[in-house]
Amino acid sequence: MSGMDDPLLVGGESFHSRLFVGTGKFSSGDTLAEVVRSSGSEMVTVAMKRVNPEGESDSILDHLKDADTRILPNTSGVRDAREAVFVARMAREALSTNWLKLEIHPDPKYLMPDPVETLEATRELASEGFVVLPYCHADPVLCRKLEEAGAAAVMPLGAPIGSNKGLESREFLRIIIEQAGVPVVVDAGIGCPSQAAEALEMGADAVLVNTALAVSPDPVAMGEAFALAVQAGRRAFRAGLGEVTDSARATSPLTGFLDQAG
Amino acid sequence: MASARIENSTPTEVERALAREGKGGVADFAALLSPCAGENFLEPMARLARSLTRRRFGNTIRLFAPLYLSNECTNVCDYCGFSLGNAIPRKTLTVPEMLREAGVLKGHGFEHVLLVTGESGRKVGVDYILDALRALRRYFANLSIEVQPLRTTEYERLVGEGLHAVMLYQETYERESYAAHHLKGKKRNFEWRLEAPDRLGRAGVNKIGLGCLYGLTKDWRTDAWFAGLHLDYLEKKYWRTLYSMSFPRIRPHEGESMPLADLSDRDLVQLLCAYRIFKEELELSLSTRESQNLRENLLPIGVTTMSAGSKTNPGGYGAEEDSLEQFSISDERAPEEIAFMLREKGYDPVWKDWDRSYDECRLPNETSAFPGSEEQPLSLAG
Repeated sequence: MSGMDDPLLVGGESFHSRLFVGTGKFSSGDTLAEVVRSSGSEMVTVAMKRVNPEGESDSILDHLKDADTRILPNTSGVRDAREAVFVARMAREALSTNWLKLEIHPDPKYLMPDPVETLEATRELASEGFVVLPYCHADPVLCRKLEEAGAAAVMPLGAPIGSNKGLESREFLRIIIEQAGVPVVVDAGIGCPSQAAEALEMGADAVLVNTALAVSPDPVAMGEAFALAVQAGRRAFRAGLGEVTDSARATSPLTGFLDQAG
Repeated sequence: MASARIENSTPTEVERALAREGKGGVADFAALLSPCAGENFLEPMARLARSLTRRRFGNTIRLFAPLYLSNECTNVCDYCGFSLGNAIPRKTLTVPEMLREAGVLKGHGFEHVLLVTGESGRKVGVDYILDALRALRRYFANLSIEVQPLRTTEYERLVGEGLHAVMLYQETYERESYAAHHLKGKKRNFEWRLEAPDRLGRAGVNKIGLGCLYGLTKDWRTDAWFAGLHLDYLEKKYWRTLYSMSFPRIRPHEGESMPLADLSDRDLVQLLCAYRIFKEELELSLSTRESQNLRENLLPIGVTTMSAGSKTNPGGYGAEEDSLEQFSISDERAPEEIAFMLREKGYDPVWKDWDRSYDECRLPNETSAFPGSEEQPLSLAG
C-alpha cells in the first residue's frame, strides 16, 4: 500500500509520504538532496538561521529546489515567543510560505522545547494565518492546548534531539495520539527505522528524522530504509495489531469449577 | 587539591568515565584529563569523542574569520605581541577601514566574524565597539567580539545592537602564573576577568567563549580542569547561554619568551577529547594558530568551529589592495581552500548558522538581583 489511498492531511494539503526530513548535519547539499529523493519525503524542514535568502546561492535551498517536496522553515535558535514570531514573519517573506515548524528551545544544551512560549507563539501565529506545526514535549494536555490554539499538527518528542533513543515518551505519545484531532508527528529521538515503524504502528501520523539519516555511513540507503519502515508501520496500524499481554492464558483456570455443573 | 585528584586518577576511573560517556560530571572530567588517560586511553577517548561529536553536530564545520580592529593595548603581558611596551605601529581602524576589511571577508563568503581589539578602554572602549557593530551588522549574519572585559551595563548596550557572542579567555586560572605573565595594566586584575562571564550571562549575551592560553602554567591539566569547572558553573547558572571552548597554545619559537610548559600535540588531543566527552554540546573552536596538518587530523575528533584565512593585524585583509572597493572580492584563496579541504573530508563547511534578525529582536536577560554590585572594577590584585 502506498500513500496514494491513505494520504496524510495537514493544513488542508495531502501528502503521500509520512516521513519528514530535517536538513541539519548532512555532509553536503548533494547528499541531502539524494536522501530527500531516496526517502520519498515530501516535507523537509530548514532552519532559518542556515538560510541565506539574500545571497547569490544557498547551500540548502539550492539543492532542494528540484525536489518534489514542501520546504518547512523552522525557528530553531529562538528563545521565546516574541523572537519566534519575528523569525516566522521573516520566513514567510523570505521563502513565500505560511507553513512553519515552530521550535522554541531556550536551553541550548538539551534543546528542550519551552511549552509556555510555544503555546503563546502558536496562538499568535495561527491568528496571523500561519500553518503552525509546533515541536513540543510529549505532554497530552499541552498538545490539546496547542490544538485549541490553532496548531495544524503537533510534533511531540520521542526523546531528546539527536539522542537516537527512540520512543522514550511512548506512554504519553499513546495518550496524545488517542486524543488528538490534528496529525501527530513524532519528532526528535528517532534513531533507527524500527523506532519509526513503532511510532506509526502506535498510530502516529508521521515522523521527523534527521540525525539518523545525516550521520549514517550511507545516508541514501538509510533514507530508503526509513521510507519502508514508515510504510510498514502505517500499514500495520491500519491492519490492526494483535493485543499484547504479559500473562499466558491458563488452560485450567482456578475459577473454572464455578462453571461446572453439579 | 585538583591537581592531585587528576594526577592520581586510576585506569578504573578512566574506564568508568568512558563507560558513562560524559554523564559522570566533573569527577569523570578529572579522570579524562589525567596522565593515566593520556598514556593508556587516548584512542578510545578519541573514538568516543568522534561518536559524540557526530551525533550532536553531524558532518558539519562552522567557519568564521577574525577581524582585528585595533592593536592598541594598555596592558603589559609577556606573551603577547600587542603588549604596551612592544615597538609596533599601532593602528585602530576607522569605520571606512572596517568596511573595507568587511568587504574582503564578505567576498570570501564569511557570515560569522569575530571582532578583535587589544585592551584599551580609552581608544577601543564600549562606544568604539558599538560603532563597529552598528557599521558591520548589516553585512554579516553573526558578529562576536574578543575585547577587554566590560561591565554588565556595557554588555547590555551591545546586546540588541548585533552582538552575538563574547570570547573571553581567562588565559590561566592559576593566580601566581597569571600575576607573573600579566605585568601591568587592568588585565592584572584576575577577579575582574574571572567574573566577566557572569556579567555576560547576566547581560543575556547569547554565547560565551571560554579558554586558557596553554603554556602559561606548568600544569595544563589543572588549568583545563578549572576552565571546565567554570563552564559547569556557568552552564547551571546561565542556562539559556551557549558556550564555546578554545585551546590556544603558546608554541616555542624564536624571539619570544619560552612557555613554561609546551602542550604537545598528544596533550592537545587529550584535552579536546576530554572536553567533548565532558560536554557533548560544547562548541570546540580551533584557530589558525595550529598547523594545517594538525587541524585536519583534529577535525574528526571533536572540532566544530574553525577560523580560516586569518589575518591578525588591523587592516590585514585589505592592506595590499589600496584601490580595493568597499565590497570587491580579494584574490586571497585560503578560506576557499579550507572549505574545499572540508568537503574532501566529508564535511559540509557551514558559513551561515545564524541570522542577524535573531540578534536584532533579542532583549537582554533580566538584570542582576543586586544591581550595581558588579559594576565597579575590583582593586588591582597583587
